[in-house]
Amino acid sequence: MTDGENASTLQPFDASTIPKRHRAFSLSRILAITSNTLTELTRLKVFYVLLVFGLLLIGSSIFMAQFSFQQEFQILKDVSLGAISMFTSLLAIVATARMLPRDIDDRTVYTILAKPVPRFEYVVGKIAGVLLLLAISTLVMAAAFMAVLYMREQAVLQATAKQMASAPPDQLADALRAVRASAFNADLIPGIIIIFLKACLLTALTLFVSTFATSTIFTIVVMVFIYFIGHLEATAREYWLTAHGGGLVTRVFLAIVALLFPDLQAFNLVDDIVAGTVISMAVFTKTALLGIFYTVIYTLLAVFVFYGKEL
Amino acid sequence: MTRGLIALAVLIVMGLLKLPVERDLAALHRQEHFRGVEFNLDLREKIGQLGFIAALSGFRAIVADALFIQAHAAWENTQWGRMLLLFRQITALQPRVLLFWDTAAWHMAWNASVAAMNDTNQPRQALRVKAQREYFALGKDFLERGIKNNPDRPELYEALARLYKEKYKDHERTAEYYAKAATLPEAAPWDRRFSAYELSYCEGREREAYERLRSLYDEGQKERLPTLIKRLNFLEDKLAIPADQRIPDRLIKP
Repeated sequence: MTDGENASTLQPFDASTIPKRHRAFSLSRILAITSNTLTELTRLKVFYVLLVFGLLLIGSSIFMAQFSFQQEFQILKDVSLGAISMFTSLLAIVATARMLPRDIDDRTVYTILAKPVPRFEYVVGKIAGVLLLLAISTLVMAAAFMAVLYMREQAVLQATAKQMASAPPDQLADALRAVRASAFNADLIPGIIIIFLKACLLTALTLFVSTFATSTIFTIVVMVFIYFIGHLEATAREYWLTAHGGGLVTRVFLAIVALLFPDLQAFNLVDDIVAGTVISMAVFTKTALLGIFYTVIYTLLAVFVFYGKEL
Repeated sequence: MTRGLIALAVLIVMGLLKLPVERDLAALHRQEHFRGVEFNLDLREKIGQLGFIAALSGFRAIVADALFIQAHAAWENTQWGRMLLLFRQITALQPRVLLFWDTAAWHMAWNASVAAMNDTNQPRQALRVKAQREYFALGKDFLERGIKNNPDRPELYEALARLYKEKYKDHERTAEYYAKAATLPEAAPWDRRFSAYELSYCEGREREAYERLRSLYDEGQKERLPTLIKRLNFLEDKLAIPADQRIPDRLIKP
């Protein structure tokens, strides 16, 4: 090799050209999968659910005009929060149930896992995408509900002020206070957060079921059963732990229900909040922690089973 | 397969760990008036299969509202029997909603009872009065059960006091329920006053009524309302209170 050859062929050292060492955990990889999952779900037009929710809200608020303001606000809050609960639960189950089977059918999962992406990052990214979708949907529905409630409250306040224009000021103030007390209640916000956490739990559980399920339909059907059994878990648990009657088969069945299924009734606090029950910080924190605990455990189990899945 | 079995084992271990946590949380919920509805055969019989399933799925408020709208329609058609059945279902589903207990009692004790009294299909007045009394009792029953489910809130005690006053003309019971309402947080400021007014009509309890009214009067100008002064004047005369101990205000002639 001559000096001339050296000058023309040898390049200066560039550190950026050296391939980076593969990291076992990468937040950016998870975020990429999350954003991709969210985009996929958005393309499925799942946000049409919000349109249905809006129509339900407007429809119910027009229909309720014939009731007294207490009845109107009671029904508006019940219907809206019930709809938020129903839509988030449905979204959680349906959106998650089709996630893994679709990726396997489309062979997207092979493309992703052929790259240096660990399976747990794939699963965590996927579930984070669904949770983000649920968070956006819950926020939009809650905002729409609050806006309608506020508008109705203002309309009732104006009507009351007009009707009682000639009443003494303290009576008018009492009447306006009664209207305000029937409308917005700050405890509704923790109630909505608990609804969201219930949807997170259902998402993680659906993901876990879908890791060993054979089809989307199977996952959805199993989740519907789990949904009902989960609402009965508290009854089964109490009967199993306190009642001493019943045959062996009954007791084994109750034990299975109590041990394997989450207590979904624990997350149905919003009905009582609308009824005026005050939610204490202890109740909110413990319920929220239970929801987070379930979500984390079911996600970890989903990761564990997915690691052993033959693709 | 092995992973599936390990996952199942983890679920069982987790189940054993979560059991006491869930039980404690359920107890805390009940202590703070959540989970007031027991899902048992009694509720199933009251609300029917579909309603029970919906309620079991966490949508009992919506089911109760749907039934409430039906009850409203039944009221417009003066179907009192149907209304009674519907309100029993509604209150079984939502025992913490005061509005439902109050509305049910109002429909029974005020609307249905008046309709029974004015029933042109029943020529015998004795039977009309009997039907009217039965509707009063139904209204009272709703309020009493409502209070049993919501002992911490004053509104239903006030409603029951109104029912005793307007329908049974029972001053003693009226005073008792206004007094009970007055002891609860968020009670209306007039509950104590109303209780004392009603007590002032009770034979043999004038001294107690006088002391309570006088104590309210001594609290200051805000409590010195015309009715309170009138009732005090009346009791001062009846109890022959010495002139130097009487209040300076006078709204009824001695």
